[in-house]
Amino acid sequence: MRKLLIKGGMAVLESGVFARDILVEGDTIAKMGEHLEDADAEVVDARGLHIFPGLIDMHVHLREPGFEYKEDIASGSAAAVRGGFTQICCMPNTQPVCDNAAIVGYIVARAKEVGLCKVRPIGAITNGEQGENLAEMGKMKAAGAVAVSDDGRPVSDARMMRLAMEYASDFGLVCLSHCEDKSLVDGGVVNEGYNSTLAGLKGIPRAAEEIMLAREIILAETLHKRVHICHVSTKGGVQLLREAKARGVRVTAETCPHYFTLTDDVIVNYDANTKVNPPIREAEDVAAIKEGLRDGTLDCIVTDHAPHHRDEKNCEYNLAAFGISGIETSFSLSYTALVRGGVLTLEQLARRMSGAPAQILGLEGGSLREGGAADLMLADLEEKYVIDPKDFLSKGKNTPFAGKEVYGRVKYTIVDGNIKYRAE
Amino acid sequence: MSERILMDEWAIARMLTRLAHELVEHNKGTEDLCVIGIRRRGEFVARRIAALVKKLYGADLPCAGIDIGMYRDDLVSGFFVPDASVNDLGFSVDGKRVVLCDDVLHTGRSVRAAIEAIFDLGRPARIELLVLCDRGGRELPVSPDLVGKNIPTSHREWLDLRLREIEGADSLGIRSEH
Amino acid sequence: MLGKDLLGLYDTSAEDIVAILDTAVGMKKLLTQNLKKLPHLQGRTVTTLFYENSTRTRCSFELAAKYLGAGTVNISASSSSVQKGETLIDTGYTLDAMKNDVIVMRHPMGGAPHILAKHVRASVVNGGDGMNEHPTQALLDFYTMREKFGGFKGLKVAILGDIKHSRVAKSNLFGLTKLGAEVSMYAPATLMPQGIGQLGAKVASSREEALAGANVVMGLRIQLERMHGGLFPSLSEYNRYYGLSEEHLRYADPDCIVMHPGPVNRGVEFTSDVIDAPNSKITEQVLNGVAVRMALLFLLVKNRQEGEKNA
Repeated sequence: MRKLLIKGGMAVLESGVFARDILVEGDTIAKMGEHLEDADAEVVDARGLHIFPGLIDMHVHLREPGFEYKEDIASGSAAAVRGGFTQICCMPNTQPVCDNAAIVGYIVARAKEVGLCKVRPIGAITNGEQGENLAEMGKMKAAGAVAVSDDGRPVSDARMMRLAMEYASDFGLVCLSHCEDKSLVDGGVVNEGYNSTLAGLKGIPRAAEEIMLAREIILAETLHKRVHICHVSTKGGVQLLREAKARGVRVTAETCPHYFTLTDDVIVNYDANTKVNPPIREAEDVAAIKEGLRDGTLDCIVTDHAPHHRDEKNCEYNLAAFGISGIETSFSLSYTALVRGGVLTLEQLARRMSGAPAQILGLEGGSLREGGAADLMLADLEEKYVIDPKDFLSKGKNTPFAGKEVYGRVKYTIVDGNIKYRAE
Repeated sequence: MSERILMDEWAIARMLTRLAHELVEHNKGTEDLCVIGIRRRGEFVARRIAALVKKLYGADLPCAGIDIGMYRDDLVSGFFVPDASVNDLGFSVDGKRVVLCDDVLHTGRSVRAAIEAIFDLGRPARIELLVLCDRGGRELPVSPDLVGKNIPTSHREWLDLRLREIEGADSLGIRSEH
Repeated sequence: MLGKDLLGLYDTSAEDIVAILDTAVGMKKLLTQNLKKLPHLQGRTVTTLFYENSTRTRCSFELAAKYLGAGTVNISASSSSVQKGETLIDTGYTLDAMKNDVIVMRHPMGGAPHILAKHVRASVVNGGDGMNEHPTQALLDFYTMREKFGGFKGLKVAILGDIKHSRVAKSNLFGLTKLGAEVSMYAPATLMPQGIGQLGAKVASSREEALAGANVVMGLRIQLERMHGGLFPSLSEYNRYYGLSEEHLRYADPDCIVMHPGPVNRGVEFTSDVIDAPNSKITEQVLNGVAVRMALLFLLVKNRQEGEKNA
């Protein structure tokens, strides 16, 4: 059996950070301990590196099928392993929409063929994300879907969402809700406030997000069902979640690096790389998001990796597509802002970026333990570098972080015991 | 900077009278004559000449000032907004013998501009040029028909022609850097 | 020092604003005498690229350019054709390749001129972009105010109407606060944008409060589509609670002037007695607009010429 011995690193375990050598046999972590030796194993020199459980991103857009000019499963997977991710969950807003077992099956098969990271499809809640008829959740689950979501086209009808939560639970699937009341968005493109007025761009009020977030909490509470809230961006949203969790509502939630690293001051130069949905908010929201990550109100960090073609961003702000290509910057941004920023410990960061998403979706991996999947990420936390989208393996170079100096460079990504990414 | 007075009030008055006579002689009468002065000082020269012709010959010559602000040749090279006024002479120049008046003739550029300004108002039969002083230094092929006084100057000398309408008294001085 | 473009007054210094107004004084003097043939832009081309309908702004720019001797080209494009057809940046490349010197652009989306300016060699003048800015309208407003009051220090300007969608209100606010004037604003809550107070405006809670002691009373055009969008119920209700009649002007300074960027909806923003009163500068603003735009084009081209000489 093929063996890998990762020697000399600091392992980020749930209980803390310890010097551990890790012996991988096949696709499993066989042994963790100090001063391990194995004459047959290929040795990875991890001196000076930290070993994390392979990162899991439960919210990405791979664009295939249909929008391969933005991204495809191959380029998205390559970007994922470069970002330290061993497992990613892709949203169904493709062309055609991933609302049936055939497309779920296609994605799973294509991802295997590419063979870089594990790709877990998310099926649509409703056919065509039209919000009218439930998609075949049972068959999609059988084909490999790990959750359901109408991401990007929120289920506006409350009755439909209620039915979705109820039906999905029969198959152990959780609904991932992109919370956005379109009537309040009303053509807005940035956060409503001082900067939207300054730039003369139409604003999206926080209420557009919070009203639907409150709806999902109330539905989950009254139905005793689970719901997961996508990309929380507002202070009010964090507060609603904190109160709901305190009441015992079965709600989990995610946020993205751009919501805890940027304020909407960045929009005033009309750089469409800052255009994202929900929009980048203000300082008080950033503080609340960080506090939510710290106290666990926000369970996990996702990227909402939304690659777009250059032409879709190099245009009028109003016409530009929403979204940030984030999978290759997520770890460094999160580590720099949250761990170096004193918000989270390393083990909490590992929990938000790996353990929690694994738990929410019932995925393998998520922690370093003997007998667990050999999905690992090794990073040099002291290495400082400047983000340059030219280095991205993703087709989407759309990032508002170009030129930003960050800490923490991914050095190795190991999936099922195989080194799938190694930094030069 | 020192100044030397070349002409006093009396000398200037004599010069103007002589110019008025010469003007009428040169034109063999006053028929179809009109007098136009280049603003600002040339206009006063024109009015003096017209008054003298009236006094000496009893003829009322149409007389006006002309603004050359819009016709300057350095508007674009200097890129400035001219302080100009619209030209309304109060009479027609069509077929007239125009006597264009100025105080000091130097490069000839003002005269060129004034000729263009006059042609924008009509088509005179001819234009003559009358100046009180010609200090030389022409940059254009312009030659005066009637000259009060020729005072060749170097580029380090300046003529100061003072008029009673502006400075309160008539005099002509020359300044030099030495 | 005025740069290559004029995109908004938010990024324009008080000195540059005053320089434009000073230059406009000479221009207006010439215009009022009907002296409309300056040579400064001879051999230059000014293109108006309008993605939104406009009569007065476009006409004003075109006349200003012509009076300075420039060749002018007008391009109209509906915003829908923008979405379907050539991108803004490609249009910019095309206009640049044709050796345009100045592009005056109006666009329904905020920031569009900023994007164009980044991609063209020509000077870009913002002729109004979405809800962002309309700097030349504000400059002509300033000219009108300065002509009457001599300066801006301590001047009280009341702006009433659809502040939320008004690029005119924004440019006025940015410029006037830099120049030392005080700006108060009043609008239905549905037409008042967030954060305008932080941007320097005094947000009034009534017409009377906004008008109190005002030297300048400025109304903004109410667009019918706002009513159809449900932002206010009817024109007559708007007029009753937010419009101005002569009676309201009693709260303003007795020597105040009345302004409006036009076109005015008589009986909506202002009653006719306000529009036609002797202190109404609405028509004078139009003449000042040509003078100010001449001054702006003049200064932008002057800068270009000096830059070309140094290059």
